[in-house]
Amino acid sequence: MSLLKTVLENGGFAVTAEMAPPKGYDVSHPLEVAELLRGKVHGINVTDMQSACLKASGLGLCIHLKQMGLEPILQITGRDRNRMGILGDVLSAASFGIDTVLALTGDHPVVGDCRETKPVYDLDSVGILAMLSKMEQEGCDCGGNPLSSVPTLFKGATVTPVYEPLPLQIHKLRRKVEAGAQYIQTQGIFDTESLKRFLDAVDRADIHVPIMAGIIPLKSAAMGKFMNENVPGIAVPDAQLQALENVKASGGKPSELGMTLAADLIGEIKAQSLCCGVHIMAIGAEKNVPAILRQAGME
Amino acid sequence: MIITQKKPLEELLQMLQGVTKVAIVGCGNCAAACQTGGEKEIQEMKTLLEERGFQVMATVLPDECCHKMLVRRDTKVLRDCGAEAVVGMACGDGVQTVADNIALPVYPANNTMFLGQVERVGIFHEYCRMCGDCVLGDTGGICPVTQCAKGLVNGPCGGQKNGKCEVSPENDCAWIKIYQRLLLLGQEDKLLKPCRERGYAADAHPRHIDLRGKKK
Ligand code: SF4
Ligand code: SF4
Repeated sequence: MSLLKTVLENGGFAVTAEMAPPKGYDVSHPLEVAELLRGKVHGINVTDMQSACLKASGLGLCIHLKQMGLEPILQITGRDRNRMGILGDVLSAASFGIDTVLALTGDHPVVGDCRETKPVYDLDSVGILAMLSKMEQEGCDCGGNPLSSVPTLFKGATVTPVYEPLPLQIHKLRRKVEAGAQYIQTQGIFDTESLKRFLDAVDRADIHVPIMAGIIPLKSAAMGKFMNENVPGIAVPDAQLQALENVKASGGKPSELGMTLAADLIGEIKAQSLCCGVHIMAIGAEKNVPAILRQAGME
Repeated sequence: MIITQKKPLEELLQMLQGVTKVAIVGCGNCAAACQTGGEKEIQEMKTLLEERGFQVMATVLPDECCHKMLVRRDTKVLRDCGAEAVVGMACGDGVQTVADNIALPVYPANNTMFLGQVERVGIFHEYCRMCGDCVLGDTGGICPVTQCAKGLVNGPCGGQKNGKCEVSPENDCAWIKIYQRLLLLGQEDKLLKPCRERGYAADAHPRHIDLRGKKK
């Protein structure tokens, strides 16, 4: 059974990290990094050609992780596969014991690195969740035909807390939960105020689902600025950008401050019981995740 | 309206290689409005082709080039005009309808772009992808299948930035427009409607509609 599910159901503070398959077939680096996460996290999201940039498929890396005794979370977008392709992958994943999934709509190919790709979007995030829920409940495939064996999944989705108009995002969250999302990982947040504003709105909307706050450790002020300008739903406060600048100017390492900021935020979220857990997106610096957790007092 | 755009002349000339005598068929409806197949454009095409040594044997402008009976009547003159090929200045439907009526190659002078709104002369916007299962009643009259770059019918993706679509900053995020429109109409609760299941079984091309029943 999904480790993440067990932790969340038992009221524990869940921690997940995220990594990408290689742009190539040599998985030795991702596997080395994953090894560092052993025992530190309750799940490792494996991204599905994030930002619409071609990588080895997520299912492959998930299988490697599972075979190492780690807990992969299969991210599934609707961009590259139709409903048959998605369900087939989920069944194959389940045959390897991979039962924790995260449904996303997926970035459009034209924002990625293989721009001529035909976008599929047969199902969006909500549609993927609904299909998987139906499969579990009725034991059938996407055409209503009986399956010879039916996996039990732990299905997640994402949400963007900093979004204008927020009610629209809350509506979408409701649809995801109604379609079967059992846990939510948020887009990266950088301060508890914006997180609280979002969580209040979720409460007011009477939506009940475990929410894990997305954490992105900043490597530099430039990274923060770039994300503010280019990544939807990201709002790094000016004070943090300034602090990162200052560290750099005085010859220090901004990435270390970024790790401290991330650790402090995790500590605050946990101390104030704002969320059921955190999801750390280190964007290539996954090896820092254990140190961040240590700093946050989460050993 | 079916929105068409002229192909580069070079592309048309490639298709016409080895041909010297041509006929031109336009379309008095959509293509005329799109400035790709009306009387003016036919005359321009005639001049361009003649300048390049072609003989234009006939020109025809049916009221609508997608109407088989009409096109059959209007293109009769082409049969004995001596043309070796026809230049079709209509949409893809019109070009095929001409070809259905005449045993000559019919070459498209246009690319067929989309079903769109004419905002004003020469300005066109894609408005409907003819999905066969219209959801406009739930979305404040704004089409998510067309106006959302991903055709999402269950609400927005997380990709908008300052109200603009992740795919093209020139476009407003369709779902924000839908939300605002529903607020304006006092129909915000429509966002709470259960998920829309979209299927594609009825999408197997080509499709046909026969209002006359089975008998042919
Ligand atoms: S939902 Fe959109 S694409 Fe479908 S028929 Fe209506 S307007 Fe056209
Ligand atoms: S940003 Fe808005 S319009 Fe663009 S793909 Fe996402 S939901 Fe659709």
